[in-house]
Amino acid sequence: MNEHRLINFLLRSFVVMVFLFIFLPIAGSFVFSFNIDRFPSLPLGGFSLHWYEMIASDPAVWQAFRNSLTVGVVVSLVSTLLGFTAAYTDFRYPFFGKSIYMALALLPPTIPVVIMGLAMLAFLSRVGLSGEIYAVMISHIVMCAPFAMAVIRMRLAQMDPNIEAAAWNLGANQWKAMRHVILPFTAPSIFAALFVTMAVSFDEFAVAWFVSGLNETVPVRILNTLQGQVSPTINAIGTIVFITTMTLVILAQLLLMRRRKPASA
Amino acid sequence: MISDKLKASPSGLSGNTDAQTQHPGKKVWRLPLFGLCFSMPILIWQLIFFVFPLAFLVAISFWLVRNFRMVPTFEWLNWSYMLSRAFFWDAYVHTLAMAAGATVLVSLVAFPCAYTIAFKFRESAKQLLVLLLVTPFFTSYLVRTYSWQVFLSDNGIFNAALGLLGIEPFAMLNTAFGTYVGYFTLCLPLVVLLQLFSLMYIDRSLIEAAHNLGCGRLRTVLLVVLPSARIGIVVAALFCFILTFGDFVSPLYLGGGQPPTLSTLITDTTKSGQQWPRAAVIATMMIVTLLIAAFGAVRFAYRRRA
Repeated sequence: MNEHRLINFLLRSFVVMVFLFIFLPIAGSFVFSFNIDRFPSLPLGGFSLHWYEMIASDPAVWQAFRNSLTVGVVVSLVSTLLGFTAAYTDFRYPFFGKSIYMALALLPPTIPVVIMGLAMLAFLSRVGLSGEIYAVMISHIVMCAPFAMAVIRMRLAQMDPNIEAAAWNLGANQWKAMRHVILPFTAPSIFAALFVTMAVSFDEFAVAWFVSGLNETVPVRILNTLQGQVSPTINAIGTIVFITTMTLVILAQLLLMRRRKPASA
Repeated sequence: MISDKLKASPSGLSGNTDAQTQHPGKKVWRLPLFGLCFSMPILIWQLIFFVFPLAFLVAISFWLVRNFRMVPTFEWLNWSYMLSRAFFWDAYVHTLAMAAGATVLVSLVAFPCAYTIAFKFRESAKQLLVLLLVTPFFTSYLVRTYSWQVFLSDNGIFNAALGLLGIEPFAMLNTAFGTYVGYFTLCLPLVVLLQLFSLMYIDRSLIEAAHNLGCGRLRTVLLVVLPSARIGIVVAALFCFILTFGDFVSPLYLGGGQPPTLSTLITDTTKSGQQWPRAAVIATMMIVTLLIAAFGAVRFAYRRRA
């Protein structure tokens, strides 16, 4: 029995260490963003908002935030629409070649971002879109639609397919059944997908770096800063982005939970 | 619940009958117009903006660069150039070794962690831990990398802490160790999550049966838990391999960029000139390698038990 206790204690300590490792850089960047030192070390220097003031007065950062926001809104709307239609197709129709269809719909996130970036750059510059902000949007929609599809498909999996059939039997045509049965049921997951895809787009740096040209998004701005000299402004930007994305994700989570309760009651 | 949904739908008399005659579960060759409206958008989008760019990437590996412009043609020149260069194969072997090493190490570290979360924590604690594991996906990988630079650099936090203990500082940044810290940052949460999901669905009675039959803890883990969770563990390892094989941030900003990996070769070749066809050769080689790895992993995961 004592041996069991010891092993369990060791295993739990191991879990704590893994989580410490995972959260150390996140907590670090938060702390460093308020630290006056350019090269933080022990003992830590004093509290300062210097790095936040620096990014606030940097027009390139403001422009990057505007670009990220524009891209994020368009990407979340289009990829959620595409994800919804794909999820519904998977839910509703068995057809030949469906596994290939699903592979197309789900594969993009498994392609290494460098390869995606190069492929999109080569293709989009050929059609004259490279360096435009549309290039970032198009690439991000390709990468985000699978996430939207996964989120909405999981919600559809909780639905009895007979409900839709019942609506047809009661005289609703397919569009009406879609409008009054499927859409209300999946609404929370649609909002969740909107937020998740926006968060993914807001965080994507590699493909955007390849195709964005002068239209830097926030992560591209960070990458370009990282290549130059050391600048703790990265931590300040990172902290702001973290708070933004977490707000989006928590909103998405709340939406999903709020609807689940009455459904299970 | 059903009646709720039905009340919401107007029961007009214009019911269409073709919907009622469709047999659920039966595969069809052609979808009705309504179905096409839903199945086509993503298909068209991904064909144009996903499949075609990837195919185009392979195609330009046969193009040539003349006067700083790419010329469509079909020559094996880029292939023979790249594949006969020692620096390419050095990078290839280095990338493969680093990614394979990361896959093994991350899986080995993740498993005890996922196992403990799955079997040794209460349900509420489990949910909180899963939530915590999801958090890193919404923090910028670049920002975390930069944060590690501060921890690992020669005058950084870790060396300062070691100095307080009277230990001489040693190089952690710009070494293979640095690259691995980055790889762990990139993959560990995902691998733990994927392993955890496969462990949570193991039939507990199997484990109890093993215990009842006098099987020790370690043997139970090795002979019952591991095989039952094999698919999840292999898929997690595959994702780890794909991510580390293609990552250019950790090798460059934590590993120092020397020796180069395939992905840093691609970014260098692409960003510092017009040699996109050569970069396309590297990318194609990477895709082929990943396809082989994925195929092998899936075969192994779904292999029937002997």
